Parts: sequence; structure tokens; C-alpha cells
Amino acid sequence: MEFETVIGLEVHVQLSTKSKIFSNASAAYGGEPNEYIDPVTLGLPGALPVGNKKVVEYAIMLGLATHCEIRRFNRFARKHYFYPDLPKGYQISQFDEPICERGHVDFYMDGAKRTVGLKRIHMEEDAGKNVHDSRTASSLVDLNRAGVPLLEVVSEPEIHSPAEAAAYLRAVRQLVRYLGISDGNMEEGSLRCDANISLRPVGELKFGTRTEIKNLNSFKFVERALEYEIARQTAILRAGNQVVQQTLLFDSENGSTRPMRSKEESADYRYFPDPDLPPVVVEESWVQDVKGRLPRLPAEWATELVNEYGLSLYDATVLTSERAFVEFYHEVVATCGNAKAACNWVTSEFFGALNKAGLEIEHSPVTAKGLGELIKLVEDDVISGKMAKSVFEEMFETGKAPGVIVNEKGLKQLSNDDEILAVIRKEFDSNPGQLAGYLAGNERLHGFFVGQVMKATGGSANPKKVNDLIRQEAVARKGA
Amino acid sequence: MSDIASLTISDMRAGLDSKQFSCSELVKASLDKADSSSGLNCFNLISAENALQEAVQIDALLAQGKTAPLLGIPVGIKDVICTKGVRTTASSKILENFIPPYDATVVRKLKTAGTVSIGKLNMDEFAMGSSNENSAFGPVKNPWNPEYVPGGSSGGSAAAVAAGICPITLGTDTGGSIRQPASFCGIVGLKPTYGRVSRYGVIAYASSLDQVGGFAHNVKDCALVTQAICGQDPNDATSANREVPDFTKVLGQSIKGLRVGLPKEYFVSAVDGEIDAALKKAISVLEGLGAIPVEISLPHTDAAVAVYYILAPAEASSNLARYDGIRYGHRAKGNYDLKTLYAKSRSEGFGREVQRRIMVGAYVLSTGYYDAYYLKAQKVRSLIAKDFQEAFAHKCDVIAAPTAPNAPFKIGAKISDPLQMYLNDIFTIPVNLAGLPGMSVPCGFTSSGLPIGLQLIGKPWDEETLFKTASAYESATDWHTKRPTTAR
Repeated sequence: MEFETVIGLEVHVQLSTKSKIFSNASAAYGGEPNEYIDPVTLGLPGALPVGNKKVVEYAIMLGLATHCEIRRFNRFARKHYFYPDLPKGYQISQFDEPICERGHVDFYMDGAKRTVGLKRIHMEEDAGKNVHDSRTASSLVDLNRAGVPLLEVVSEPEIHSPAEAAAYLRAVRQLVRYLGISDGNMEEGSLRCDANISLRPVGELKFGTRTEIKNLNSFKFVERALEYEIARQTAILRAGNQVVQQTLLFDSENGSTRPMRSKEESADYRYFPDPDLPPVVVEESWVQDVKGRLPRLPAEWATELVNEYGLSLYDATVLTSERAFVEFYHEVVATCGNAKAACNWVTSEFFGALNKAGLEIEHSPVTAKGLGELIKLVEDDVISGKMAKSVFEEMFETGKAPGVIVNEKGLKQLSNDDEILAVIRKEFDSNPGQLAGYLAGNERLHGFFVGQVMKATGGSANPKKVNDLIRQEAVARKGA
Repeated sequence: MSDIASLTISDMRAGLDSKQFSCSELVKASLDKADSSSGLNCFNLISAENALQEAVQIDALLAQGKTAPLLGIPVGIKDVICTKGVRTTASSKILENFIPPYDATVVRKLKTAGTVSIGKLNMDEFAMGSSNENSAFGPVKNPWNPEYVPGGSSGGSAAAVAAGICPITLGTDTGGSIRQPASFCGIVGLKPTYGRVSRYGVIAYASSLDQVGGFAHNVKDCALVTQAICGQDPNDATSANREVPDFTKVLGQSIKGLRVGLPKEYFVSAVDGEIDAALKKAISVLEGLGAIPVEISLPHTDAAVAVYYILAPAEASSNLARYDGIRYGHRAKGNYDLKTLYAKSRSEGFGREVQRRIMVGAYVLSTGYYDAYYLKAQKVRSLIAKDFQEAFAHKCDVIAAPTAPNAPFKIGAKISDPLQMYLNDIFTIPVNLAGLPGMSVPCGFTSSGLPIGLQLIGKPWDEETLFKTASAYESATDWHTKRPTTAR
């Protein structure tokens, strides 16, 4: 029997606000243990949460970017459970009234467009961290992360392969980075993923029993964990047994999943509206204001790059993978006027140099305008493509503008017809034997004269012109 | 000069400003009175050293000719309100050694006003109770008769004023915890409109109902302390952006033509005969001052206690989840796994009534019971609020009622019967559910010499009408001048 895989992802996006979701304590990553705390973070007696407006705004941004409906009347709810990293004994979250609902995320995979529906996006606070010290057999609590704002993005069970799950996750990461609401750094836990997975016989409409794999913290682990789980569940079903609904942890050491708790308890979180926080009312004017300030999103950019700029889907995907890339590219095109040349330069020379130097695009010594000007110099036949590569290297090293380098080194290409003709005539006259052969039809001697002219001009002559003018002069000599 | 502690604020002000006595002398007198009244068990902690140091600083200001309404006035703070560096326990074993690193906003405001705190006042554990018997540090006794309860949960706050230890104290009121002890101790107590006073730093019992207020010997003093603590606070999202009027301006104004609503559901046979008689007399005094009594109906009154004992425990079960023995507070001794550690620490740290309410609260929020209890109670709560809206919209400007259906009872008399105890708050609870301001002023005594209180209930944000009405009533009566013999 063949099985179909059904996957739904819950992605936790840590927002890059200055302060925490319900207090003025810093939301920065890292720090000494318990450096970023205050009475609210500690859950001290009498401490009260006060909402951070920026978090609501970020939620609206992501909601709009994923085509969600934005809820006008929002409430926070308390979700209760006891754990040392949860100072109040409850997490402030949203329950049955999430701020965003019914949206979708679009992305490309293997050259085809995919759409995964979103159930909801809601706001909540992060928990702290328990650090287990095996030497002293004790547990320590670090509350720096407690109260850092999160958006939980819950997809519909509409993902059908581990690769698609990773592609979807990349698309979510790409979106939050475009919006500037999170750095999407999976290593630092700014993006965390839980995956629900079940199998069902192909053609069956009813969902199979699902398992939930918690805390997948890299794209690779998402794929590997899901692949393992598909194999595990397939084997169970093939053997005629039942998959047990449970929460699993992925062990990246041996690539397998194992149950998180020995006994599956059905948790009752006793949600109820948080009486400390008045409802957050999102006026239409607020939504419109946020809409007006949204940056262009990757899908829009990609469509434009393919339809208006004539790029391949592959190139468009590469260029739109980061907002900084596509914005850089866009400025290069605006300066040089040649979309394809710009694409080649940005994706090969420029990205190659960044990679080699280990630099982020934000710290590139070559500006988009500079690269655009360089390409324009080639387009205008001022310098040759070969010269451009060495100019680019120097730009990358020194940060100088291409025009400056070309002037300093006298690198200008010889493009003046009369000057090139003068050199050709000199070479013809100096090599009468070869000229005779050439005029008699020995095409190989055409190459000889091109070489001579290039040599005589120190390589600065425009090769295409040299080529054309040698033929023109040869015709003139024949006719004489 | 030891009796200067029992003066009203006006008399203290005059004495301090005219240098009849210094702030240090006044604070000393207050501390001495606290000491000589220690049998009442009003205080969980007396901060004598701090208070005397602060008094010296204030004497320096007074010597420069500085004055302000509350400058140099001794105050007491209910032990549910956080005081920086001063132990705050909520009368619970679980917080027996908790020293807050920050001041509650109301404490900061009182300090700014120039008051001197002499200590932290005993109360029912986590403000859960109506008799002050649910304290990990023993019951508070009623200054009018130490065999009787002072009311609760702000029993220490009420008793300290009644005993003449300090002229004003802070309490909190979730279902009557200011008004009922004010009534039982024969003093004035006001619970402001929900949102009028910051709850930041006030250990939460039921967040949607809790409100801080003041106790005093008379209406003017109550207005002064209320004035000092009101106002929006950026640290409390439920505090309201409303201008705070000068409450003393309305004192002494005429109440001619004021329509006083008398809810027929509050004047029923369940009310003790002596209470009923005292109330009727009080109403005729108001009538004599030109007020117009009108009968009104608050039809959902009988559901209020049930609604309260669903919603308040629900919120409490959540608010008290933070007391887990991990970061602060009582932790069970010994090596246990996490779950056992939680269970042991909390079982040892919380008293019986607190445990009862946590259990009830957790139950009504559980899957399968939430709709039937919590959600239903919320719906009835809005009906109760609507009753008041209707009455104020069409019938009356202020409501008069008994504060409690009965006089103070003997210590131990109701402690084993929670339901009987809960019914003590039958007339105060609806006011919290509707978020209204409510006040209790002394209006007589029982035949055995125990105080009786008149409750006044106002429209939202209309504390002024309460002060005006109470001030008029006070000017025509002398109940507020009576002091218990134990305090003389």
C-alpha cells in the first residue's frame, strides 16, 4: 500500500523588538544569565504586564504579508502549566481569538509555485531556559528569554514532503526577514519549528494518527526528522499496527525521533482571558497604515524580475532570497540599465567576492551604484569585459568608484575608429608577406593581425572594432 | 502626648505646622500605640527604625516651613502591597520571607505625598476572607471588642485606624475587603472605581476585581488619602486615563435634591434587625438633609455571591500559580522531583482557604466546565453591572445600602462554615463585579456596642458624589467621633 504524507508546521518567530512583549526589559539575545530581567519578567508578586504595541504591529505586518484576515478585537489569554522556566505559572498567549487567520504562504519549489495555507498567527511570550548542570545534578534557570515576543505561525496540514516542509520554512524565514520583524536565525532560536506528521493511504481523505516533533532548529533537521518519521510510520502501518499519537523529540546525533514524555498526559491549560491586559483593538486605519509601509515582498519581486526584467526563474529566486540582495540588484539595474548583465555580475562576480571574503551584503565594499557604473562602462565600450573584472577586484579591495580606477590606471579602451585604423595600417605595412596572404584569402592571417593590433595597443583596443576595421581595411586595400 | 496618634489628619496637620509636636514625636506616638495595642495583632511587621529615620527628614522639611496635606502623617500599608526592602507576605507562609525589590505605585505615591509608613498590616491570606481569621500570622481583633472579628480581608488596616494607631491606612477591596472591615471597625473606607488606582505592586488576588483604597477616621481624611493614590499608571494597563478631581472640593456641599436609591433586594429579612434599623435611621438623616430616597431594583443581586465565587477563585488560581518555590517564597525542604516539589511547597505554603479557592478556580477553568461556570458567570456579571447602569441612568444619583448584613461576629463563629462566611459580602460583592466606587461610613452601633456601617455606591468615576453624600451625613451625625475604649 502506498501512503501519502501530511505535514503541518508550527513556526515560532522571535521578534526583534527592543523590549519584551509585556515589560521594558531588554529583548536582546545572549547576555549574562538573568541579565535582562525585571519584576514582570521574574513574575514577582504584584508585577503586571503592559503590552508592547510594536508586537501587534509586527503581527499585522506578517498577517498582511501572508494574506490573512486581521482580527479587530484582540485578547490575550493565559495558558497554564508549571515549569521552572515559566515564571508566572502561565504563558500569556492568544487562544481562540488569534490576531491573524486564514492566510497563505506562496513559494517556489523545483521551478513550480506552491501555496501552503495558514490556520492562524498569534502573539505570545517566550519562556526562559532551564540549564541542567550534570556535574552538580542541579538545574538553573535563565530568564533572559522569558517574555521575548513570539509570533506562532500555524500552517494547514497541506505540506506533503520533507523537502516541501523545508521550502515552506525557508519562505517563512524569507518573509520575516523582508519585513524586518525577525532575524530568522535558527541557530540562535529566533526561528523554531514543531512539525505534525501523519500518513494516510493514497486516495484516503481522513487523516491518519499524527505525531508531533518538537523543537526542530535547522532546515536540515526538519527534513531529516520528517524523513525518519515517515519511514518509522510507514513501517508501523505496513506491519498493520497503529501509530501512537505522541510528542517526539528529534535526536540529531543518531537521526531518530523518540518520545518526549514516557507517559502522554492530556494537558489542560485552563485558558482564560488575561484580566491584566485590556483588549487590543486594531482599527482599520492602523491596518491601512501598516499596509502602506510594507516593503515589496519576495513573490512580487520575483514576478517582476521574470516578467519585466526577463530573468530566469532560477535567477529571480536567487536574487530574491534576501531583501538586501534584490534591493541591491535593483539599484545596479537602475544605474546600468541592463538587467541581464546586472544579474550576471551580481550573482557571479559580486556574490563570489562576498563569499570569498566572508562578508554580508550590508558590509560590502562595493556599492550597488558602483557596480552599476562598472557595468555601464562595459556597456558603453569604455572598458572591456576583461578590464572590468580587474577593476571590480580593485573596487572590492579599495572601495573606490570604477571611474576613478579606470582614470588612475589609464585603462580606457581604445574605441576611436581612426586611431585603431592607424594602428592597423601600420601593422599591414610592416608585414607585407602576411598581408598578401591575408588578402589572398588566408583567413588564419586575420587572427594574426588582430593579435598584432591588440599587442600594439597594449590590449586596450576594443576587440570587436579591431575585428571589423581589419576587414574594412583589407577590402580597401584589395580595391586599391 | 501619646494620644496624638489618634488625631485626625486635620489636627495632626495643625499640630505639625504650628510646631506643637514634631513628626518624630508623632511617629513615635504612633509606634508606641502600635506597641501598646499589639494584642490586636494589627501588624505583620513594624518598621520602627525606618519610620523614625524618615520622620527626622520630614522634620527638616517642616522646619523650613514646608507643608503639604499628608506631609509627616503616619500611615500603615496592608501587607499585600509591595514595599521596597520591607518584607511583604500577604499574610501567607509561602511569602513569609519575601522582600520586594520594588515599591508598589501606591506606596511610591504615598511616599511622594510625604507620609511615613510605620508598618505592614495583617490581613486574610492573599486577601481571601471576611474576618481576618485566614492569616498565617493569627487573627486580628476588633478594637471595639477583642473577642470579635474586625472584618476582612483588610482587618489590620481597619483595626489600626479604629485603634488610633495611625489616621490612615491602605487596604484592598476585591469583594468588600475595605468596606466590610471599615463597617465592622466603625470607620470610613472607600473602594474607588476599578481603574482609578494602580494595581502595580499589589499582590493580585482577582485582577479584574482588586482595587486599592484608604481607611480613615472621617470622610475628609479618606478623601485626602484617596486623592494621594489615584491616577493612571503606565505600569498598570487596566488603570484608566481619567482626570482625578479634587475630592476635598465637594466636602460640605449640599445634597439637596440628591436622589438616593434604596435597592429593595438589599433591605430584606436576611439583614439583621439592628442593622436594618440603623440603616433606616441613616436614610432619614439623609432625607432630612434634602436628599430624596427612591426605591430601586437590582434584580440580579442574588446571583452576585455565586458569580463572585466562580470568577474570583478562577483568577486567583491563575494569579497564585507563580508561587512555586522556584524563584522566591517557601520551598519544601528535601530532594524531590519537580512535580512533588511544587505540590509540597504549595501545600505547605498556602492556608486552607487559599487552597480551597485555588481548587475551585482550577475546576471552573477546566475543559468541560469552563462554559458552564466561568463563561456563564461572566455573562451574569455583565447583567449585574447592567442593573446598576439602569438604576443610575433612570432612578438615582447614589445608592445607599447596608455594608454587611450583620454586625461583627465572634472570632471562630463562622470559620468552619465557608458559605456563611461568604454571605457576609453579599452587599459589597456586586459593587466590585460592576467596577463601581463604594464607601462605608459609620452609622450606629448594635446594642452590644459593635459598629454598623452605611454603604454608599456611586456611578463609575463618581467618587465625588460619595464624598459629598458621606460628608453631609457626617456633618449631621457624630458616629465618626466615637472611639473604642480599648483605644483610649
